[in-house]
Amino acid sequence: MRDVAVVGFAQRQMKEFEGSPTCVELLVPIFAELFEQTGWTKSDIGFWCSGSSDYLAGRAFSFVSAVDAIGAFPPVAESHVEMDAAWALYEAWLKIQTGEVDTALVYGFGKSSAGVLRRTLALQLDPYTMTPLWPDTVSIAALQARLGLEGGHWTEKDLAAVAQRSLADAADNPYAIRSGKEGVDELLARPLYADPLHKHDCSPVTDGAAAIIIAAKDHLPTTAERPAWISGFAHSVDQADLGSRDLSGSPSARRAAISANVGGAPIDVAELHAPFSHQELILRKELGLDDSVSINPSGGALTANPMFSAGLIRIGEAAKQIWSGDAQRTLGHATSGPALQQNLVCVMEANR
Amino acid sequence: MTGLRDGHVVGGRTSDGVVRVPPPEFDPVTHAATTDFVGVASEGTVVSWTWVPEPVKAQPLDHPFAWALVKLDGADTAIMHAVDVASNDAIHTGMRVRIRWAAERVGAITDIACFEPADTAEHSESFSADEGSAEGVTGVITPVSLDYVYAASPEESAFFRGMAEGRILGQRCPVCRKVYVPPRGACPVDGVPTTDEVELAGSGTVTTFCIVNVPFLGQRITPPYVSAYVLLDGADIAFLHLIQGIDAHDVRMGMRVEAVWKPREEWGTTIENILHFQPNGEPDAAYETYEGHL
Amino acid sequence: MSKQRAAVVGIGQTHHRAKRDDLSIAGVCREAIDRALLDANMTFDDIDAIVVGKAPDLFEGVMMPELYMAEALGAVGKPLLRVHTAGSVGGSTAIVAASLVQAGVHKRVLTVAFEKQSESNAMWALSVPVPFIMPVHAGAGGYFAPHVRAYIRRSGAPTHIGAMVAAKDRQNALKNPYAHLHNEGTTVETVLASQMLWDPIRYDETCPSSDGACALVIADEDTAKAYSNPAWIHATAMRSEPTTASGRDQVNPLAGQAAAAALWKQAGITSPIDEIDCAEIYVPFSWFEPMWMENLGFADQGTGWKLTEAGETAIGGRIPVNMSGGVLSSNPIGASGMLRFAEAAMQVRGMAGEHQVDGARKALGHAYGGGSQFFATWVVGAEVPA
Repeated sequence: MRDVAVVGFAQRQMKEFEGSPTCVELLVPIFAELFEQTGWTKSDIGFWCSGSSDYLAGRAFSFVSAVDAIGAFPPVAESHVEMDAAWALYEAWLKIQTGEVDTALVYGFGKSSAGVLRRTLALQLDPYTMTPLWPDTVSIAALQARLGLEGGHWTEKDLAAVAQRSLADAADNPYAIRSGKEGVDELLARPLYADPLHKHDCSPVTDGAAAIIIAAKDHLPTTAERPAWISGFAHSVDQADLGSRDLSGSPSARRAAISANVGGAPIDVAELHAPFSHQELILRKELGLDDSVSINPSGGALTANPMFSAGLIRIGEAAKQIWSGDAQRTLGHATSGPALQQNLVCVMEANR
Repeated sequence: MTGLRDGHVVGGRTSDGVVRVPPPEFDPVTHAATTDFVGVASEGTVVSWTWVPEPVKAQPLDHPFAWALVKLDGADTAIMHAVDVASNDAIHTGMRVRIRWAAERVGAITDIACFEPADTAEHSESFSADEGSAEGVTGVITPVSLDYVYAASPEESAFFRGMAEGRILGQRCPVCRKVYVPPRGACPVDGVPTTDEVELAGSGTVTTFCIVNVPFLGQRITPPYVSAYVLLDGADIAFLHLIQGIDAHDVRMGMRVEAVWKPREEWGTTIENILHFQPNGEPDAAYETYEGHL
Repeated sequence: MSKQRAAVVGIGQTHHRAKRDDLSIAGVCREAIDRALLDANMTFDDIDAIVVGKAPDLFEGVMMPELYMAEALGAVGKPLLRVHTAGSVGGSTAIVAASLVQAGVHKRVLTVAFEKQSESNAMWALSVPVPFIMPVHAGAGGYFAPHVRAYIRRSGAPTHIGAMVAAKDRQNALKNPYAHLHNEGTTVETVLASQMLWDPIRYDETCPSSDGACALVIADEDTAKAYSNPAWIHATAMRSEPTTASGRDQVNPLAGQAAAAALWKQAGITSPIDEIDCAEIYVPFSWFEPMWMENLGFADQGTGWKLTEAGETAIGGRIPVNMSGGVLSSNPIGASGMLRFAEAAMQVRGMAGEHQVDGARKALGHAYGGGSQFFATWVVGAEVPA
């Protein structure tokens, strides 16, 4: 395998929907920021790959106009996945592994506010037995949360503790759209939103975009003093049927962690893409992260969850922990589909 | 689905001996098509639930209700559906519930209107899949309606505000100096927003075009009509619009045209303020003047 | 580090029809997948990862349908990727699947591309009213027709060339049991007599709307060597450019030229027309055959139509094109690109049946999408690449 490192990361997450920018507008300054970080121009990029969704945007081929933000003329080597951009990063990493290219810029974007996200995501379910009932994402997560509560996997206090820590950490993240200093008891005293979940247990509807630059050894930008070397990168999927899946666990997350060798050495920081409080608890267990691991210092998806880039953002945040020298080995995680159906793990290290 | 239409629930027994409801199309272990169908009861037990204080459009009930995973008697897996109870105090895990069938059944999951508390147990009945009547159900139609709000970028907004004033506004890319109309959030060559405003004349050249002879749903103009790329004088990119005021078969590449506007009182922030383009009487432009825009 | 070798060892496709009412969305995928696995003499247990491709989700009305189909596709417990690059998606999906093997990550990858257009209304899905754009209501034919007109003007091609392509492809389709259209008796004259839809494009010069899928099994070198006739992947290339840009050539797009240049270089080919034995290229409207022959470098600019006119693109000609009947005879959009890649592989494996080109050793698969802006290409060969 070629040694590949994360060397650039930029993001935008929008607090306000009113006058919310188009995807192109979101991406232009993000790319500019990446080029400033690396000292590169678009001609230094060997491959471009993005992640987004037509249904989120409400029109077919919605990703096409985002190509404008690249300035793809003369033409570029480029691809797109209808998934979170974390999987676009995986495709780009593959491309570098084939030896065809040495560098890649990966981006994800989505405007969840364009439609009603809870309804849009009902189209992700089985079209014969579920979509006609229009179950919403939050309710499905709530069914999962109750199974864990009543099965003794976690308590209401555990959920509140996740939310409390996330909201407190988000205070230091300028991109987070929620933060707060409330204690666990204060959070528990709030009204229920989707019994047994409170609003703070559910990620906010967020518009946003993010981008990452990766590069192979001997092709790093000179600005990369402490690159985040990717030492493990894997993903896996579970069955869709909620009724026959053990919702208190996530076998696909566990398999991805094994393939990415998460347990090979201690993890200092993990950025987990958990759109609901209890899902963080599932992921910590399945990825084998004990209490010594710092979880979601950015505040995580509970404080900002731009669809189709939130997973990529976790990898970027985990990479930053290495760049800054605060961590030696970190993990970025992304999820997709209802109730943690599909999971990806990217392990990064300061030492090659 | 045929079973649902006929008022009973059918599950599938997969190779691992598990009775799954709804039956999977393919066996999760052998990957072969599921063939062993078994009837299960229309009554079962709540495995998990949540409360919906404000239902969203098209959900099974229009008043507050519970979603639940329900394991029907005779099944090994749970099905997700709505339970009609008055409040979140009226439902609990382990509660017995029963299907409330829809009055009219067509062979779709919505034939189960919802679940309701089962006060008595004797309604629990079992049917065999083979007892189904008449023809099987082979398709399901699900109407999907989603509403979206589109946002315009500042560049597009400038263009549409201009339209409302009867002006065609383009913008020049600060890097390559090309004039884009409508202006762009990102010049597709340089990836930066177009900036310097350029007001364009209403005249231009047809670069290339197509005569639309196909009638289809939602069409607002009767065929044949011409959809054409018009390169406005002063612009560096052609845009699509309609050519009228001339027989469709007389439209030519290089033809000089001008914009025809709607009456002023009908103007809005839309490109449809320009009804169409029509010949302006000038001689055709030479091929060389637009061949770089094809 | 150099790329690992990879080869196609299993190919499957559905019988393409306007409506496959007999099958669910998953069922369409499985018809192709099961045939590909059978061809490769493998089961799902042999497969390390699955790559799924299709065009817009709005065509079936299911968002990211690979998620709900995870079980049906045999993907549970494995890595699952979903590619979407507009009309070129079938090609780019095969390329992503190949890269999983070429990167040395997996040994046996299953890839499937599909479209079940009958599930929804494709004309509607393509015409969701988006504000800010003049509603000229012309569909895909209306989009491409002006560029065909520009090609005719630029090249000076006689107007019957499009009809020649259509007649040839429809005749080829008669030899392909999987093709959607089996229109006996299609000739240049009958095509010219068909209705002018999007002038200059006639009814018989357009592709149908099909339900269908295509699947491939791509394996690493050690696995592939156990097969008698693997189709070795010699080169892959993808290029993209914006839909519209000042001065962008819509007739002979730079992205297509760039993809071709990269492809020929990677495959070690200096004269495509001499070194490629046959080509399966994405021609949804007949005139795109001569346009792409120029774009790909089989002919100089303005002369692609001469190959068609001389019969050189027919089976038995100098460079047979679209032996399967092409997109003009079957168009399950998301799968159409992969069908081109699959036909190229079938040819070099000598498994193309009645539409086999004698002695085909090296073949091109080509797909494009969007406003002639996304290109995906591969070269496969009977010999292990150098």
